Amino acid sequence: SSPAVNPVSNAHAIEQPNTLQEITHYNNYYEFSTNKSAVAKAAEHFVTSPWTVEVGGLVGKPRTFDLMDLLKIEHEERIYRFRCVEGWSMVIPWQGFRLKKLLDLVEPLGSAKFVAFESYYDKEQMPNAKYSGIDLPYVEGLRLDEALHPLTLIATGLYGQPMPNQNGAPIRLVVPWKYGFKSIKSIVKITLTDTMPETTWNKLAPDEYGFYSNVNPNVDHPRWSQATEQRIGELSRRPSLMFNGYAEEVAGLYNGMDLKVNF
Amino acid sequence: MRTDKKDLQLNKFLVFMNALVPLALVAWDGFRHQLGVNPVEFLIRYFGVMALVFVLVTLTITPLRKIFGWGFLIKYRRMLGLFAFFYACLHLIAYLGFDRGWSLSSTLADVIKRPFITIGMASFLMLVPLAITSTDRMLHRLGAKRWLKLHKLVYVLAIGGVVHFYMIVKSDVFWPLVFAFILMILLGYRLYARQQKNTPKPKTQPKKTA
Repeated sequence: SSPAVNPVSNAHAIEQPNTLQEITHYNNYYEFSTNKSAVAKAAEHFVTSPWTVEVGGLVGKPRTFDLMDLLKIEHEERIYRFRCVEGWSMVIPWQGFRLKKLLDLVEPLGSAKFVAFESYYDKEQMPNAKYSGIDLPYVEGLRLDEALHPLTLIATGLYGQPMPNQNGAPIRLVVPWKYGFKSIKSIVKITLTDTMPETTWNKLAPDEYGFYSNVNPNVDHPRWSQATEQRIGELSRRPSLMFNGYAEEVAGLYNGMDLKVNF
Repeated sequence: MRTDKKDLQLNKFLVFMNALVPLALVAWDGFRHQLGVNPVEFLIRYFGVMALVFVLVTLTITPLRKIFGWGFLIKYRRMLGLFAFFYACLHLIAYLGFDRGWSLSSTLADVIKRPFITIGMASFLMLVPLAITSTDRMLHRLGAKRWLKLHKLVYVLAIGGVVHFYMIVKSDVFWPLVFAFILMILLGYRLYARQQKNTPKPKTQPKKTA
């Protein structure tokens, strides 16, 4: 029997996924280490159980979810391209569920316009975090329509196994048309708001990292080009795709917006 | 300390072999596929850092000679400087080959568009005349005075190299700052030494003039 694959993931299962070794040994997780090759080891003993996610703000039914509650939501596999703002990329087979499914459970109010996310942060478990140079806990945000988009995923694992610590255990966000840093790891809090939330990299360098941070080969980072990327496993660079190749699905979200201004 | 000719040859050979250790290590790791998930980035960074290390080592010779009187060190400075050039060449080749796919137009565009590449390339280009004029013959042809003046470029390219390193990291500025700190001490020493030389030391209490 063929596995049940939804049409969205099927449409993008055209590229060869990176190996599990590659995906789990090249990670940006500044709480553990700023050295991408060192994160796997540094996060080895990260305790992610018990785990709760507090979902609140402008919602009808605020609720704190246990990880088990979230694992009960029907899962699917999504093979997505993953493009880092630094100019490298991978293809990753995630499993998870649409963020919309989770948001539907708490019933967002009409006044909600944005979704703010917060990562777990514990100085004891993350002793290297003080050298990261970034303000912690890590925070990220999406516009509500971006959050509700069918491609926006809450991932709980990859390659059929629970989320490895270094990839953002136990649950993380995956927004495949945005630079990787938008896909916040190890989420503990989700808050619906009516104002644009602060985001970690934007706070640090607002001229370099915008709120939207959509993959855009035509808008360069001030210090490097975004026109090409280095796919992990390849030795030369390939052209980057508008919205990381998901333009057909997501371009409509940004109709009438100047993407050079709203980078 | 005196070194006769035979000892000097052996010592130079030892310095040479040691300076090749970073290359041997990375070649061995590459051979065993131990360069990590992104070997391209690793090699580019590694060779760049090694080039900077050798630039700083070269700049350490003079302070050590002056402070500790280790005059013999001067005999190894040229070789160390040439190793800085050697690793900078490997850094450039890795960047040109892997990152730019040997495309001249894309490299030029990169040099113009990305300030940290501009600075890095400028620093490399400053190393070139220093390497070319490193032979005894070139020293004689240029004359010691002009040669020394030209080789002052090393201060500029060292600063350029460290700034280039600082500009590529996102927020983890620790190692670029370590390099900057060491460079500051090395250049600071020279400023201090020059000032000491220029201000004549009063041997006795200056006499009061009526």
